[in-house]
Parts: sequence; structure tokens; C-alpha cells
Amino acid sequence: MMHKTIDKKMLFSYLEEIKDPEVPVLSIIDLGIVRDIVLHDDEVEVFITPTYSGCPAMDMIATEIRIELATLGFKKVNITQTISPAWTTDWMSEEGKRKLKAYGIAAPDKRFVIPADGVECPLCNSTDTKLMSAFSSTACKSLYVCNDCKEPFDYFKCH
Amino acid sequence: MQNNQTDYLLHLADTTLILSQRNSEWCGHGPILEQDIAITNISLDLLGQSRNFYQYAAQLITDSKKESGAKTPPLEGLGEVTEDSLAYLRTEREFKNLLLVELQNGDWGQTILRQFFFSQFQYLLFQQLQQSNDAQLAAIAAKAIKETTYHLRWSSEWVVRLGDGTDESHQHMLHAIDELWRYTGELFEAAEYETAMGIDLAAVKQIWTEKVTAVFDEATLPVPENSFMQPGGKKGVHTEQLGYILTELQYMQRTYPNSNW
Repeated sequence: MMHKTIDKKMLFSYLEEIKDPEVPVLSIIDLGIVRDIVLHDDEVEVFITPTYSGCPAMDMIATEIRIELATLGFKKVNITQTISPAWTTDWMSEEGKRKLKAYGIAAPDKRFVIPADGVECPLCNSTDTKLMSAFSSTACKSLYVCNDCKEPFDYFKCH
Repeated sequence: MQNNQTDYLLHLADTTLILSQRNSEWCGHGPILEQDIAITNISLDLLGQSRNFYQYAAQLITDSKKESGAKTPPLEGLGEVTEDSLAYLRTEREFKNLLLVELQNGDWGQTILRQFFFSQFQYLLFQQLQQSNDAQLAAIAAKAIKETTYHLRWSSEWVVRLGDGTDESHQHMLHAIDELWRYTGELFEAAEYETAMGIDLAAVKQIWTEKVTAVFDEATLPVPENSFMQPGGKKGVHTEQLGYILTELQYMQRTYPNSNW
């Protein structure tokens, strides 16, 4: 019974394997979606929170958590969705922000909500950029274009 | 109290669901790609908010059915009450959404103006609901207001852009005001369940009017005075339009009951 030796901290690191289906470079741990894990013998309860009320990825994330924990030997996996306290980009890990940038998405910057300009281009690091649209490929991002390298890019909105 | 609470939740759920459905009609038809994406993103946010309200209402209805020994279920004939049964199996007269959100989209200007009126209202309402004694309602509002903040910003910018744009766009906005204004009175006319829930719509009205006036001033648009106001939606008395929306929205569950995927 593999799970007997598993503690909460290890479970968090196992769940690092599960990626956000819409931003596959980030794990659900990087995003701060997993709020808590409670262990009772061979049962486990995972508390998750959506980034946005309408986030369509939540069902898929819940299914992937079930599969991951079932393979670790847990007989019963409960997944509880909580919405309070509301998810915020402040919960995104520094590692997550670094991975986002490497993936070509500008990380949320607490100094501003949706700035008209000045967001750092994740491709060439120029800050000579401008907002094209407050809504982009997913509800959690805005669309910008870089005036230097001319590339369009997404900015993960502060939330 | 229980009924007022579920009625109020259904009012919030129906309103966000119907506006989500209306906005989603723009999918693939927006004036430019970025704005097509913006309006459908807003639609998705509203659908998510709507699900939260329906889920909470379904839970309360189910709990009260258990307590009363299921002799007098609040919504008879629905069988198991879930977010889906509440959205897909209630009739037109049971829907409590605001009339404003069920109206046809009209042109882009009219869709924008409706979104602005609604988002400004929803923002102020959710500010109040965040402080509610009902912890789950407060949590849903605290989550949703972050999204509403973006909707409000986006729609008010568009009202200014179109109102203070070309003669053509200005004319379209005047027409949109003419079409929509009479449905804004209902926002602030408290239904029985709102009064029972302690919602202060008079406070919302005052700030709403100030904010709308400020944006209209910037957009060089006139604020109508003393116009006739049409209520009804909160009590289940709707325009002709709602029936058509429900026909489309509920078609699958009505035609293939209990179908799933």
C-alpha cells in the first residue's frame, strides 16, 4: 500500500504533475488552484478553487486529480470546490511566473490591473508595448503587442 | 425566509444565464476578432456566475425538501433538483431574470449599452452582497466582482468610444438608449424577495445614476428624463423574447430528457 507512506507535503508534489489544460506550462500547484489536502487513512479530500467563476478547466482538473490519487492507492478521493477566499494571482508561485514568461506569456504584475502600456514583452523584454484588447485567448489574459519586436503576446491579468 | 432566499438566488442565476446566452449569440459575429472574443469571454464569466447561483439554490431546495419530508417540494415535478434542472426545466413564468437582459441584441452599440447598464448595476450590487450575512452568497459575489470589474471597464470604454465617435455611431447609441432605457427602472424596483433579503436598491440606484451620467457626459450622450419604465421580469412576467431564448437553450433537455455527455 504505497499511500501509507505518503504525507500531505508529498501529495502536493505529486499534484505538481497536473498541468492547467489551458496554460500547460503551469501546474495546478503553481497556479494556487489546490488550496488544501486532507488525509484520512485511504481517503483523501482535495480542496480546489477556480481562477474564474466560469473556468471551463475545473472539471478536467478534478478528473486528473482523481486519476493521479487513484494510482497512488487512495480508495476514495473527494474533491471539493471552494470559492472563498476568492482566487487571486497573488497565489501564483514565483516559479510559476518564471515558467509563464518562458512560455511567452507576461506574468501578472501587481502594480497594475490592465495597463495601457509598459507591460514587459516576454519575448524581447522591451517595455515599449501596448494593450490591444482587455480580453484575449482565455478570460484570464489580455492581448498586447510589442512595439519593438512587433510580436503580439498575452498578459496574465491581475485578479 | 427559505423561499425568499431561493427566489433571490434564482433571480440572480436567471439574470446571469440569460445575459450569457444573449452575449454568446455574438460568437463568430463580433465586429472584429478581439471584440468577438471579449463579448464571449464576458458570456463565459456570466455563465460561471450563474452556475454558482444555481448550484447554491439547488442545494438549498434539496435540503428543504429533506426537512419537509418531500411532501411539498418547492418546485414540483422537477425530480432531483440540480443546477441543470433549474436552468433547463423551468418555464418562462418561473424565470425571474431582469427584462433588460432578455432583449434582443440589436446592433453592437445596443449590446454594449446593455452590458454597461448591467455591469454598472451588478458591480454595485455585488459590493453590497459581499457583505451579506449569507456566507455563500457573499463568497460568490466576492469572486464574481473581480470579473465584473473588467466587464464594466470594457463596456464603459465602448460607450464613450461609440457615443463620442462618428455621427453614425452617435446615432446608433441614441437609438440604443431609446430601446433600453425603459428597462432600467426594474433594476431598482425591489421584488418581495429582495426586500426580504435586505437588499438596498435605493443606494445602488443613486450611485448607478451618478456613474451612468458621468459616462454619458463623456460620451456626449443625453440621460433621458421622466421616461416610462417597464417592470415585470423579477416576477416572471416577461417580454415575448424570453420564450424564444428558452426554446433554444432548453431544446436538448426537452427533446431528449436526461440526456448527458
